[in-house]
Amino acid sequence: MTNKLMLFVLATAFLFGACGSNSEQGTATGEKQSAATIEAKGQPEEAEITAAPHVPAPVGNRAPKKLIVNLLTTEIEGEIADGKKYTFWTFNNIVPGSFIRVREGDEVEVRLRNDAASVLPHNIDLHAVNGPGGGAEATSAVPGQEAAFTFKAMNPGLYVYHCAAPPVPMHIGNGMYGLILVEPAGGLKPVDREYYIMQGEFYTKARESGLLEFDNDKAVAENPDYVLFNGKKGSMLGAGMLEAKVGETVRLFVGNGGPNLISSFHVIGEIFDNVYLEGGTTVTHNVQTTIIPAGGSAIVEFKVDVSGEYVLVDHSLSRAFNKGAIGKLKVTGEGNPKVFKKGGF
Amino acid sequence: MRVLLFFIVVFSVTIWGTSCNQQEVAPVAGDQASGLPKLTSRVAMVDIPGGEYKPFYGLDTVLVKVAPFLIDERPVTNAEFLAFVKAYPQWRRSQVKRLYADTNYLCDWVADTVLPEGINPDAPVTQLSWYAAKAYAVAIGKRLPTLDEWEFVAMADETDANAREKKSYSDRIVNLYLVKNKQHNAVKQSPPNYWGVYNFFDLVWEWTDDFNSVLVTGDSRSGSYSDNNLFCAGSAASATDVLNYAAFMRFSMRGGLKAHYTVANLGFRCAKDIEDRKE
Repeated sequence: MTNKLMLFVLATAFLFGACGSNSEQGTATGEKQSAATIEAKGQPEEAEITAAPHVPAPVGNRAPKKLIVNLLTTEIEGEIADGKKYTFWTFNNIVPGSFIRVREGDEVEVRLRNDAASVLPHNIDLHAVNGPGGGAEATSAVPGQEAAFTFKAMNPGLYVYHCAAPPVPMHIGNGMYGLILVEPAGGLKPVDREYYIMQGEFYTKARESGLLEFDNDKAVAENPDYVLFNGKKGSMLGAGMLEAKVGETVRLFVGNGGPNLISSFHVIGEIFDNVYLEGGTTVTHNVQTTIIPAGGSAIVEFKVDVSGEYVLVDHSLSRAFNKGAIGKLKVTGEGNPKVFKKGGF
Repeated sequence: MRVLLFFIVVFSVTIWGTSCNQQEVAPVAGDQASGLPKLTSRVAMVDIPGGEYKPFYGLDTVLVKVAPFLIDERPVTNAEFLAFVKAYPQWRRSQVKRLYADTNYLCDWVADTVLPEGINPDAPVTQLSWYAAKAYAVAIGKRLPTLDEWEFVAMADETDANAREKKSYSDRIVNLYLVKNKQHNAVKQSPPNYWGVYNFFDLVWEWTDDFNSVLVTGDSRSGSYSDNNLFCAGSAASATDVLNYAAFMRFSMRGGLKAHYTVANLGFRCAKDIEDRKE
């Protein structure tokens, strides 16, 4: 009996660990402690949040604040591809959920309200949180209820958040994910353009009405019908194309909700000048394709030198060709024959 | 040391649970003392023979014994709950104690004893707290089913008492769960399950007497439970059937509830011990 209990206690400790959002980074331990002691002053104010592909204004030089983030969880029908409807589960009625942008040292109150018309309970696990479940337990809300928790943003980086209510793969597979950026003190270096992109795959089956919904068998087999940027096929094509001008520096905040696949993120015809590996503090240079784990992120930066259309893909290319993982960045302005021209010398 | 700590936690939680329950039955006892009428239920009850079953949460090897019991063949309806609040004024919307029901209690009703226009009196009553459901059950000479009783019946599909091993079992229930606004449909419009019980999955979530026993339990499974198990991947590590998404949803729902909560798609049905059959 005692042995069994001991086993249970150990297992619980292990589960806690598995659920926790952050692993200690050897070099960051000192920073973490100092971030925890930074005082956030003033009255709490509502954080600016945005729908993809847009991001809120940079934090710049401001001091740490107290911020309130309001999120509403819903279960709604929306177009997934080619006029087909899918039952998405969302944060704030959008997939991916609202982009949250805070500063290291900010104190953030996350208020999660589950729409009264929801069928199921929902919650939020933010990978930017140091604390049990990343907030999941504290925010678990049945339909019609609201729950909140407060955390100190201690580790700068780009983090995924997602619903962690069981069955988790289904909540994520239906679109319940988004990104939260914790900028370092002083902010990230200013750039000309910033965009928010999140990849996620969808496993679907059709109801008699034609409405698509989550297919558990396909999810377990990790065989999606769609691999999409920003929750809809063609979200960044046509009128949705990202834009930049020749000579500008573009920063993409790229996340991968999964629930299962790892993304090989690539922009055809561009080289990433800087990649914040896995959304953390290590920056590498001159990267063609960067790996974005399920439940992970990357920040990529590049200067656009030549006008034209640049295609964003998951370079696991069947996903781009056949399952929708494709978007475009349109660069306008003068040609730049010193960098690129058709024909020979 | 860790084991000792665990015991202390479990023990204190158990005590807390007990005192909480004593509070919970208090208003009901008051009803009976004041001589309010006992209501009569016209709902047919179904004989469930009970037996051993493998709970969804807990160790694979632990079987739980469910004694024979009776269960309502369908959820309690709007019309029936209306009759209850007429007889028991303290459960009317304007008079209910905040401790026993949140501010959304029966919020769709036009007035204390008036159902809204267009609502089906034969649809399940929802937006009521565990306290209210329990008070209703007592008033009618029944009780709420235990979680194990409810889950025992939930193992059945239309043809088998235990359909959990069937490929279609969970998928079918999930399909039913995900239909929106189904709580407005009348009871008994779909086929009954193996036992002759209706609407287990296709109208509302249902309160059980010990709905939060995944967190607090006095039975043999307590050692294998922890509220951590409800979140993240931890939930899968403690489930006996990780493909039973329907059960994950139910336990997720129950785990998010507090006894005074009221939810738009949460109703209840009653149960009874076999020996109370004649009452």
